[in-house]
Amino acid sequence: MPAPVITAVDLVKKYKDFAAVDGLSFEVAPGESFGLLGPNGAGKSTTMRMVGAVSTRTGGGLGILGLDPNTHGPEIRSQLGVVPQADNLDAELRVRDNLIVYGRYFGLPYSYLRPKADELLAFAQLEDKAKSRVDDLSGGMKRRLTIARALVNNPRIMLLDEPTTGLDPQARHVLWDRLFRLKEQGTTLVLTTHYMDEAEQLCDRLIVVDKGRIMAEGTPASLIREHSSREVLEVRFGSARNAEAAEALKGVGDRIEVLPDRVLVYAHSGEAALARVTELGFEPMTSLVRRSSLEDVFLRLTGRSLID
Amino acid sequence: MTERSWPAPSRAEQGATAESIDTDAVRPRVQRGILLPSLYAGNARAVMHRGWLVVAKTNWLIVLSGLFEPILYLLAMGIGLGSLVGTVTTSTGAEVPYAAFIAPALLAVAAMNGAVYDSTWNVFFKMNYGKLYQGMLATSLGPLDVALGEIMLALARGLLYAGGFMLVMQAFGLNLSLWALLALPAVVLIAFAFASFGMAITSYMKTFQQMDWINFIMLPMFLFSATFYPLSVYPVAIQWLIQAMPLWHGVELVRGLTTGAVGPHLWWHVLYYVVMVLVGLTFTTRRLRALFLR
Repeated sequence: MPAPVITAVDLVKKYKDFAAVDGLSFEVAPGESFGLLGPNGAGKSTTMRMVGAVSTRTGGGLGILGLDPNTHGPEIRSQLGVVPQADNLDAELRVRDNLIVYGRYFGLPYSYLRPKADELLAFAQLEDKAKSRVDDLSGGMKRRLTIARALVNNPRIMLLDEPTTGLDPQARHVLWDRLFRLKEQGTTLVLTTHYMDEAEQLCDRLIVVDKGRIMAEGTPASLIREHSSREVLEVRFGSARNAEAAEALKGVGDRIEVLPDRVLVYAHSGEAALARVTELGFEPMTSLVRRSSLEDVFLRLTGRSLID
Repeated sequence: MTERSWPAPSRAEQGATAESIDTDAVRPRVQRGILLPSLYAGNARAVMHRGWLVVAKTNWLIVLSGLFEPILYLLAMGIGLGSLVGTVTTSTGAEVPYAAFIAPALLAVAAMNGAVYDSTWNVFFKMNYGKLYQGMLATSLGPLDVALGEIMLALARGLLYAGGFMLVMQAFGLNLSLWALLALPAVVLIAFAFASFGMAITSYMKTFQQMDWINFIMLPMFLFSATFYPLSVYPVAIQWLIQAMPLWHGVELVRGLTTGAVGPHLWWHVLYYVVMVLVGLTFTTRRLRALFLR
């Protein structure tokens, strides 16, 4: 197996007494697409900043491409492509100049950057916006431009912090397509997200983080296998009766969860579970059988209460 | 883990279409410096180029407007008021026409204003609203590259104002000595000191109200630093205060050069600014590191 491009051992980041990241250990192999999942405040962005060599760790070990970010920040950053959570494009420059000037920050020559900028504009489907102002772009276009900008130095690792948050479905799908192409071309992707469908689409492997610690690690499929059932049956009996029905349904499927508006039955076969429910004499108002998703895993591991 | 021994990413075999990214092409190389390698990548000029590009494409008229301010002062005070005043005795005891007395001071002020504008308001905005530095520091640039780049930009502006104003001085016959040529590098030093110091102060500012304090200090400094009359008019205590302020040193240094009153005492002013540069750069870099590499 080739040497990992990222190695974190007991990584810790403290702000005064608060540990934002509290002992994370993980490795990312070259060409791998690695996801960090977790609720808000779980420590995802802090981890990304440390991996991006723009934040100094408080404890533990961290190696990016074999170098220590505390001492080799500029060298490491020269090999990274960073897509931050909030767009930080240069609003005083036009679209194409954003790419060229950003490339200059890496010390790249104009002779390389001019054709490269055009190539990246094509990749981001922004050719006809080359001379536009950044502020005139839509959210999806800005995001694509940010990703194009992150590619200007041919990074070995792309760091994407919630790349599709705030985009409409069309824009998300275009973006996923672009990211998938990068992955196919062998670029290592590290991304944070709280969209489970995004994680399932893009990540080979992921860790679920909560309160600065790893709750689970594995491929999307193995996580679902390990922490959820194959299928989920969702039944509604009306808000008033859900709890009562759930009590009576105990023993159906592997596990039952009561939500205010519906009851979830985790089972290998949702249809069989539904048959059992009717056998027990319950008539659900609505019923739905679906495959278990990463979202079920996520909510099971990090809880359903609202986290701010 | 061995250093940089991972294999090159495998390449899709299809030819380079417009939509594929050629990852095998140029990769940036960072020359690891001896000086502060984790804070400095030796590429401050990229930050400066960015500033030039913005100025060139958007607001060069605003930049040029800064050139006229000292010229207007020179006309109003030097030529207008000067016709009433006649001559003034400089700190070295020379009698010079009033316009020749205030022109070098206005030159030092122009350098200060250009440098301070670029390193305070401009930097404040970029730091707090533009998120520009956050983007820059995600690249191979270090905080010292950013600080130096912005300061060099401020210097360039200071030099532009100073050069323009020196031409006007020449036209009015206010450069009394060949030493005046050295006023240009002196002005660069003054601008450097104000820019690095200004940026250091700005990095601690959180709100626009705090930024107003900078103007609150700049205006009296401009008016009272032996700009329009000799220091000797003040009581001794006030003289000490003014001599402690940075602009007075610039006024004396440039005035010494343009009036030809050159002596070893000028080195003290140079030293003052060198210290100011070093202190300013140290604080700016530290502060940028604390703000952006937390």
